[in-house]
Amino acid sequence: MSGFDMIMVHIPLLTVVTPLIAGFLMPIVGWIDRKLCWYWVMAIMFVVLLMASSNLYTVITTGTIHYELGGWKPPVGIEYVIDLLNGFVCLIIAFIGLMVGIYSKESITKELPNKIIPFYSVFLLLITGLMGMTITGDIFNFYVFLEISSLSAYALIAMGDRGDGVVASFNYLIMGTVAASFILLGIGYLYAVTGSLNMADMQNLLPDLYNNNNKVVLAALAFFMVGFSIKVGLFPLHAWLPDAYTHAPSTASALIAGLMTKVGVYALIRFMFCVFTPAFVFDITRMAEILTWAAALAIIIGSVLAIAQSDIKRMLAYSSISQIGYILLGIGLANLIGMQGGLLHILNHAFMKCALFLVAGAIFYKTGIRNIYQFKGLGKKMPVTTLVFLIAGLSMIGIPGTVGFTSKYYLALGSLEEGMWIFVIVILLSSLLNIVYFWRVFDNIWFGHPHEVEHIKQDEAPVSMLIPMVILAALCIFFGLFAYYPLHYILEPLSEALIGSGVGP
Amino acid sequence: MVTETVNSMVPALAVLVSMVASVLILAFGKYPNIREGWTFVAAFTKFSLVISMLPLILDGKVITYTVVKMLPNLPIAFKVDAFGILFAITSSFLWIFVTSYSIGYMRTLKEHAQTRYYFCFAIALSSAIGIAFSANLITLFLFYELLTISTYPLVAHTETAEAISSGRKYLTYLMIAGVSLLFAIVVVYNATGTTEFSFNGIAGLETLERTTLIILFIAFMIGCAKAAFMPLHAWLPAAMVAPTPVSALLHAVAVVKAGVFTAIRIILYVFGVDLMETSGLWLNMAYFVSITIILASIFAMTQNNLKKRLAYSTVSQLSYVVLGAVLITQHGITGGMLHIPYHAFMKITLFMCAGALIVTAKKENISDMNGIARQMPITMLAFTVGALGMIGMPPVGGYITKWYLLLGAAELENMILIGVLLISAVLNAAYFFPVIYVAFFKKPDKELKYKEAPLTMLIPLVLTAIISIIIGIWPDAPGLFLDIVNIAVANVTGGGI
Repeated sequence: MSGFDMIMVHIPLLTVVTPLIAGFLMPIVGWIDRKLCWYWVMAIMFVVLLMASSNLYTVITTGTIHYELGGWKPPVGIEYVIDLLNGFVCLIIAFIGLMVGIYSKESITKELPNKIIPFYSVFLLLITGLMGMTITGDIFNFYVFLEISSLSAYALIAMGDRGDGVVASFNYLIMGTVAASFILLGIGYLYAVTGSLNMADMQNLLPDLYNNNNKVVLAALAFFMVGFSIKVGLFPLHAWLPDAYTHAPSTASALIAGLMTKVGVYALIRFMFCVFTPAFVFDITRMAEILTWAAALAIIIGSVLAIAQSDIKRMLAYSSISQIGYILLGIGLANLIGMQGGLLHILNHAFMKCALFLVAGAIFYKTGIRNIYQFKGLGKKMPVTTLVFLIAGLSMIGIPGTVGFTSKYYLALGSLEEGMWIFVIVILLSSLLNIVYFWRVFDNIWFGHPHEVEHIKQDEAPVSMLIPMVILAALCIFFGLFAYYPLHYILEPLSEALIGSGVGP
Repeated sequence: MVTETVNSMVPALAVLVSMVASVLILAFGKYPNIREGWTFVAAFTKFSLVISMLPLILDGKVITYTVVKMLPNLPIAFKVDAFGILFAITSSFLWIFVTSYSIGYMRTLKEHAQTRYYFCFAIALSSAIGIAFSANLITLFLFYELLTISTYPLVAHTETAEAISSGRKYLTYLMIAGVSLLFAIVVVYNATGTTEFSFNGIAGLETLERTTLIILFIAFMIGCAKAAFMPLHAWLPAAMVAPTPVSALLHAVAVVKAGVFTAIRIILYVFGVDLMETSGLWLNMAYFVSITIILASIFAMTQNNLKKRLAYSTVSQLSYVVLGAVLITQHGITGGMLHIPYHAFMKITLFMCAGALIVTAKKENISDMNGIARQMPITMLAFTVGALGMIGMPPVGGYITKWYLLLGAAELENMILIGVLLISAVLNAAYFFPVIYVAFFKKPDKELKYKEAPLTMLIPLVLTAIISIIIGIWPDAPGLFLDIVNIAVANVTGGGI
């Protein structure tokens, strides 16, 4: 066995540990030279991306990866399990992390000149937490990583706008802690009745219990649902989200908006399908039905509230609330098409929303403006940035040829398959609402003042900020036209497995 | 009847040409001559590519090309049949004229943001051709939405408060239509597992319950709001705030024809002749569009702004096309389909004349046009040709389509529809003759000197007027529109060529 092979075996663990160790080394790197911090983050994120890709590749070609931490056999030891679901999510985390990392160089230098070292330290810890939550197959270990990611997120947000950032972070801290407590209680309840913390093991043990109508299990499910609903900002538990997204530094907004809620959704799926069973959440408790209605409500109300905003980041935050509704709607529909639509939207929304937040950051970087009614002439001043905004915005609306369309189409199809016409109407209505709040911005960027803009000169954001934005916009179109590939290789088998018996750990 | 299919990427190229051109237009934005040069190159190339496919189509073949498998079972694909190429030839041919006309119009008026204008125009043309060549509903929807978005900046071009609010109105109507169309597409896919057009309609739709079928049809027709059926027509007069070349090509040809084209695709290639007949939808739809035909003509009479009058006339004429298709008789469909190119040539002439009046005489309202023919005799002559065509007087083309439509209605022995067609002809005369009268016979308020629009504008409008006459005199010339339409009709009705 060569040295390379020896490392290959440990890649699932290294995906989590690399950013963790790198995060702790950051102060040393920064002590040598502050400029090195960014290069260090880049190197680490690149390695993480490679490892995440390798993980997913292994899963697609050879099947689920089981990694026993320290050689302890599950269910006693902690087990890391990578299947299609978390392999897919890990890759998104690593990719968005890298993109935001590239972007952060200029943005952080301008917005947080004195906090570069702590920022990047926490940045890597956030990635660690998210990766860990995703990869682990042990629910207590999951909770540990949940706390790591949440604490890093609080810290990142608190670095944002003076005063407001701290308040937003504190709000989030309170809400996040309530959520975490719910989740911890749920874990405790399940441990009490099953004596196990391993997800796969639990899935085997639980059916006997809830077939006997065990109230503890029901309570645990309820706790999980509430806890994760707060974490993903599902309406009406979304109150922390707009402030947190708005007042965080631009880079952090993009990272948190692109990833935090996605991982929350991932966790929800994992618990619903792989700790409990689809039969339990769909038929016995009908939790999924509640979820779809809440999601439908979130879709509409999120969009309506987004229309009322004039701060672009706040508008995008409310739009996130609505988009999370799409994902949960697809999952709650409990059929193959809907599930694929929901899962696909995790990917799609990560691209779109991350691109949009990066654009908002770039505009703020150049002009200091966040109010969309002051965006006059931006089309001429920052043509590339605004073009990215146009593509991502059209994608959010769901114009065919962009990623937003494919998931929307699948969700509508899935709703129809369940005979839920009302959800089809909700999805389409939300498209229209999306048009309203995005078109307002388009109009302000390109129209309405032909004579004032004549003297405006081009003044584009730095290249290091443009590159990730352009890549994300290109992906919005690429996966809009080639959605077949993720669907065929990942999401179709995954949805079948999830709906069928519940795969995984 | 089995049709032979040929696989070729020409249709994809024909769509792409103006996309590529749009990028070049943007790149050369600072050099007006080169920029507009690219538009010309694109227009000619596009037309050549489209016309190069015509011989195969006239042979009764169908050209297919799959661009990309977007989703499982949902490719973005092109299929060129006789009906598609009819619309494609009309739009791409007229683009050449309008390019020349645009240059004259935009430069004379010293309009701002011309690069954006040519850019969006090129994208809009790509979308129109894309709609013409779509093989399935999803591809059609893609280009349908692209057309809406790319024409918004053209409508809001002047960026005045009025233009922006008209633009919003435009967007609201057409986006709601888009959503409704998507809804219908999802329902069709859910019911049949495909969205591909077929000469006999998509198999499997007949299994739907009657209520669902009716809802589906209504959703589709709301989706075709680009065809400006009443009461979904209000965006069209509002869109007249756009520069006249836009009104001429897009709001008399590309956009609105895309609407009726889609409506016919849905009526004949999704529902199919048989299902339309058995469900009885055809007659209801025929009455529904009859209302538009009559009402829009009456509205047209009340307009003093020439462009708005023409817009209402378009609303009325578009419904002729749909009326023809829903008659589902051989003659009716022929009349309807043939009206797409015929109306295009006549109406674009009229709009280009209106634009010439704006540029040269600075006049938009009919009441100010006393004796204007003394100043611009050629323009007003061309206008007269277009107007006669609209009314249906030989030898200008319009009488042929009306003849076919009347034949179709007569075959059904439906007195109401015959009556509608006759009344509408009278109404057409009632709102076009006053314009001609005012221009030629009323005394001008002050002495007018001969002054025509620049040649870049004058030549296109004269040529389209001449073509309007030619297609009236030799409608059955080989390879001309009637030939193509006959093949298309044979396809959908199952008859031989």
